[in-house]
Amino acid sequence: MSDASVNSQADFNEASFGDYFALLKPRVMSLVVFTALVGLLAAPVDVHPFIAFASILFIAVGGGASGALNMWWDADIDAVMKRTQGRPIPAGKVTRDEAFAIGITLSAFACIMLALAANVFAGLLLAFTIFFYVVIYTMWLKRWTPQNIVIGGAAGAFPPMIGWAVATGGVSIESVLMFTLTFMWTPPHFWALCLFMKSDYKDAGVPMLHVTHGRRVTRNHILVYTILLAIVAIGMAFTGVGGPIYLATALLLNGLFLIGAISIWRRDEATAEADSYKREKSFFGLSLLYLFLHFGAILVEATLARYGMGGW
Amino acid sequence: MAWGAGKTMSFREEHELHKRRLGRNIGLALVLVGFIAIVFGLTVVKVTRGDYEPENARIQN
Repeated sequence: MSDASVNSQADFNEASFGDYFALLKPRVMSLVVFTALVGLLAAPVDVHPFIAFASILFIAVGGGASGALNMWWDADIDAVMKRTQGRPIPAGKVTRDEAFAIGITLSAFACIMLALAANVFAGLLLAFTIFFYVVIYTMWLKRWTPQNIVIGGAAGAFPPMIGWAVATGGVSIESVLMFTLTFMWTPPHFWALCLFMKSDYKDAGVPMLHVTHGRRVTRNHILVYTILLAIVAIGMAFTGVGGPIYLATALLLNGLFLIGAISIWRRDEATAEADSYKREKSFFGLSLLYLFLHFGAILVEATLARYGMGGW
Repeated sequence: MAWGAGKTMSFREEHELHKRRLGRNIGLALVLVGFIAIVFGLTVVKVTRGDYEPENARIQN
């Protein structure tokens, strides 16, 4: 191989700014930003708008940094799975070492800046979230147990608690309930995705529930977790962050979600395959709307409360 | 066209790679400028709110 051919290969693979940004998982970051913002605005303490803006930005950067560290560790899995083959490392745009350096640097930067901008507790909670996602979920649980997504889901559930901590400097029952909502939502959301992603996880050797225990058990689990989720979601309506608007939203969405889960539970693989997993895909789509609208309703209640309305 | 047929090699020729590098440099510059703006903004907010005043000064005020 001549020097010229080596150089031209390097030219084509050199990363653009967008490739580095893609390391931060922008779509996951948007969920982190939204739920953290709701947690911050739902808290009973006013935060200066600029401090609120900066805090949400640092939480987003921290979430993005954990995404980069996840891609660093899981580069081998990402290269096998169709869903993740286009990510910057398997695509050859960014090296694993670069992803690690960006992830570690941004993690430290985000936690320190959040501690300085808001308070030390919020900074520590963000550091714990990054640790939980990278070490507990990515390095330990993901390749070890089919309960990976159940326990690991906690990492994605922390942002509203961090938002609440930015305002109050601590934890309360309301922030724990917002955590529980996302925590209980993650398993049915992910397992529905697993059902129609077919052999992706199996090929990568990730012990997801449908790989280790079969699709029937996964369908049963989706139904059980959806019932538990409905109890948590509707119960939240009667706490400090709830109110009539939240209750109406929760009743409607949990009704639809339960219908979807029952429909998935009643189907067998032959039926699902015959219509290309139509119900599973629509349940997954509804799950995205489910979380967004629940937190949206909490935000509406909090906004109304500032004008003497909202809540009970 | 083969080299030597009236065309010389030029290092100034614009390549897609140069555009990508320029984009990366501009992106990084904007991130740094944004960071400076945020630190400056946070400083203004915290100082004008009196976050850094000593306790006894706050009582006197």
